[in-house]
Amino acid sequence: MKQTIEYEKIDEILAQHSNQKPPIVAILQDIQEEYRYLPKEIFPYLSEKLKVSIAKIYSVATFYENFSLSPKGEYIIKICDGTACHVRKSIPILDALRKELKLYEGKNTTDDLKFTVETVSCLGACGLAPVITVNDKVYAAMTPEKAVKLLNELRNGEGK
Amino acid sequence: MIIKDRNELIDKRQSFFNELEKQKKKIYVCAGTGCVAGGSLEIYAKLKNILEEKQIPCEILLDIEKEGDKVGLKQSGCHGFCEMGPLLRIEPAKLLYLKVSVDDCEEIIEKSILKDEVIDRLVYKKNGVSYPMQEEIPFYKNQKRLVLEDCGQIDAESIEEYIAYGGYSALEKCLFDITEEDIIKIISDSTLRGRGGGGFPAGRKWTQVRLQKDSVKYVVCNGDEGDPGAFMDRSIMEGDPHKMLEGMMIAGVASGAKEGYIYVRAEYPLAVKRLKQAIDDAKRIGILGENILGTDFSFDIKIVKGAGAFVCGEGSALTVSIEGDRGMPRVKPPRTVEQGLYGKPTLLNNVETFANVPMIIKNGADWYKSIGQEKSPGTKAFALTGNIENTGLIEVPMGTTLREIIFDIGGGVRNGKAFKAVQIGGPSGGCLTEEHLDLPLDFDSLKKVGAMIGSGGLVVMDEDTCMVEVARFFMNFTQNESCGKCVPCREGTRRMREILERIVQGKGKLEDLDILEQLAQTITATALCGLGKTAANPVVSTLKYFKDEYIAHIVDKKCPTKTCQALRTIYIDEELCKGCTKCSRICPVNAISGKVKEPFVINQDKCIKCGACIDSCSFNAIKEA
Repeated sequence: MKQTIEYEKIDEILAQHSNQKPPIVAILQDIQEEYRYLPKEIFPYLSEKLKVSIAKIYSVATFYENFSLSPKGEYIIKICDGTACHVRKSIPILDALRKELKLYEGKNTTDDLKFTVETVSCLGACGLAPVITVNDKVYAAMTPEKAVKLLNELRNGEGK
Repeated sequence: MIIKDRNELIDKRQSFFNELEKQKKKIYVCAGTGCVAGGSLEIYAKLKNILEEKQIPCEILLDIEKEGDKVGLKQSGCHGFCEMGPLLRIEPAKLLYLKVSVDDCEEIIEKSILKDEVIDRLVYKKNGVSYPMQEEIPFYKNQKRLVLEDCGQIDAESIEEYIAYGGYSALEKCLFDITEEDIIKIISDSTLRGRGGGGFPAGRKWTQVRLQKDSVKYVVCNGDEGDPGAFMDRSIMEGDPHKMLEGMMIAGVASGAKEGYIYVRAEYPLAVKRLKQAIDDAKRIGILGENILGTDFSFDIKIVKGAGAFVCGEGSALTVSIEGDRGMPRVKPPRTVEQGLYGKPTLLNNVETFANVPMIIKNGADWYKSIGQEKSPGTKAFALTGNIENTGLIEVPMGTTLREIIFDIGGGVRNGKAFKAVQIGGPSGGCLTEEHLDLPLDFDSLKKVGAMIGSGGLVVMDEDTCMVEVARFFMNFTQNESCGKCVPCREGTRRMREILERIVQGKGKLEDLDILEQLAQTITATALCGLGKTAANPVVSTLKYFKDEYIAHIVDKKCPTKTCQALRTIYIDEELCKGCTKCSRICPVNAISGKVKEPFVINQDKCIKCGACIDSCSFNAIKEA
């Protein structure tokens, strides 16, 4: 499922970032917000517009954890594996969700682009550990069972 | 409305204050990340609804025109007692209601707002005693909240309320009553030390930036709180954003900078939102912008979102990340104070440090030094997490002992388990054990025992926590976050992680412990930045205090806490097994077999030690050796 790139949209984003030095990180963040990932096709275009090499843009895009070069699911589920969540057993939650969605280390997104499951180092909601987020909404004190239940609600279009 | 000069600010402060006085009852619904996740925004909406339905005059935004008594309804920042959320505070009675739900709202309005009754069901109880007032609860009573004073007690989204309670009066003092040199002198005399981890004296840093000849300088606030298990800075940004902005602006006055940047983790969307609003509000009334309060001081603050790289918490990496590059540290000197952001002199402090500044300016250096320890004055915020009864955000004077924090404030270890260790300072810190419980927590005493205060994460671990696995966890974290620029960190942490992985798999050798120590020494001595230099700390400190656990994994092939899956042995107790077949059906690898109504057995060669059978057995017949 390839998205068509609207270059006017990219121009709009670029117009908002006129600075002494092109803030590549911020530009990529805005593009990712639009497409939920960074389509590689736009790198040559960006390179020309920003007057920096494609390699440079690629190097920034691959340095930061938050950027993804492959499409992500409609629901992005992040399992916090910060220390507090880890000691309150966050990994079994990850395992349960992966098993349920037939995902594994290295494959984080379902083929229908519905779900992405990933870990995140700390969401800072340690008081509620273990937590997961679905599209930035925080779910507290999770268990593998609760996570699977939530997943099923999302599948049926109930949870938001 | 732009506040044109000092007199107008003083007038406004008085009229905002008078307006707040007209709110005979105030409801503060906690809107920190924790309580929002627990549904506090729904509670807020419900309360608003009920107040409107009952036609009780209520005030959301301060409105000076409105006459008569009313009820103030506010979203506050994090109260800190996250374990008990959603939290709700009622003033002036200072009631704190815990675990509030939407269904409680009607009763809260009826009893505690329209009347002065306390709903006992919602108040904190311990050992049969009820503690209706927030300040009486042991969790709060043993704290000293200065930086976090307003978190939970003012509206986090109202600049008017911040001003009413004395906000921006420190900035006022700096602009009108004292010179730039005076500001630096107060900060230097207060011996305030950076709260981001290193504990570098803030006054010295400020002086150095001030002395730089460049006409362009920057103030940068490090809000890249990456330590897993730490959320002090997030709570300040969410709960009291103006305090931090005020601190940054004072740094601007003192150093001669006109522009400030706040670098916030992208994982903190609510903090970004509140900061944005705070900056917009400050611009709206002219506290930020050109010629602030009619002086020739101009200042602007921008927010830059991080993109998920722990190493960007390091100063030089952070500034290049703001510039939009790969956030990799560089060799120093030149230091950030000389050449930081865009190659210009940069005053870089973290959130909590800036939040300390306004009160130091207001109350003076001597007042500040009277709190805490002589060489580490003031207070420190800690995020208390892990296997502890009262998880949350706390603030105590420097020099408070671990015992006071864990047992008096934290309420002890969860579920009555025994205390084993506390990890302090995140992946750069170390662990402290029973023998350190009476150690005063400050920058220098912790350094002596091989730990560090770091940004202030305290993760409590109980007797069931495997320290080797903890070391592996941290090494895995640091390895993933290593930026790859210098060899010792990039390759060394990888080797250390491999060894630790072998040990938790039961494949370790005794020589591995020596190699771990050698690698630790080499990385600490030769890595480029703080992330690498401290990467080995969790391994070194667990090796020091829990060597027996390492040896149990290596020699006995046992994990004493039964945490490490590969070292578990699961067996079926013949006496208890009824032969119901349930476990054999649940086993994912078909390792369990037997005859119906006779004891089953587990084939140890096939067993992957997942433990699914243990949970499934109705007779508790499946056990671990």
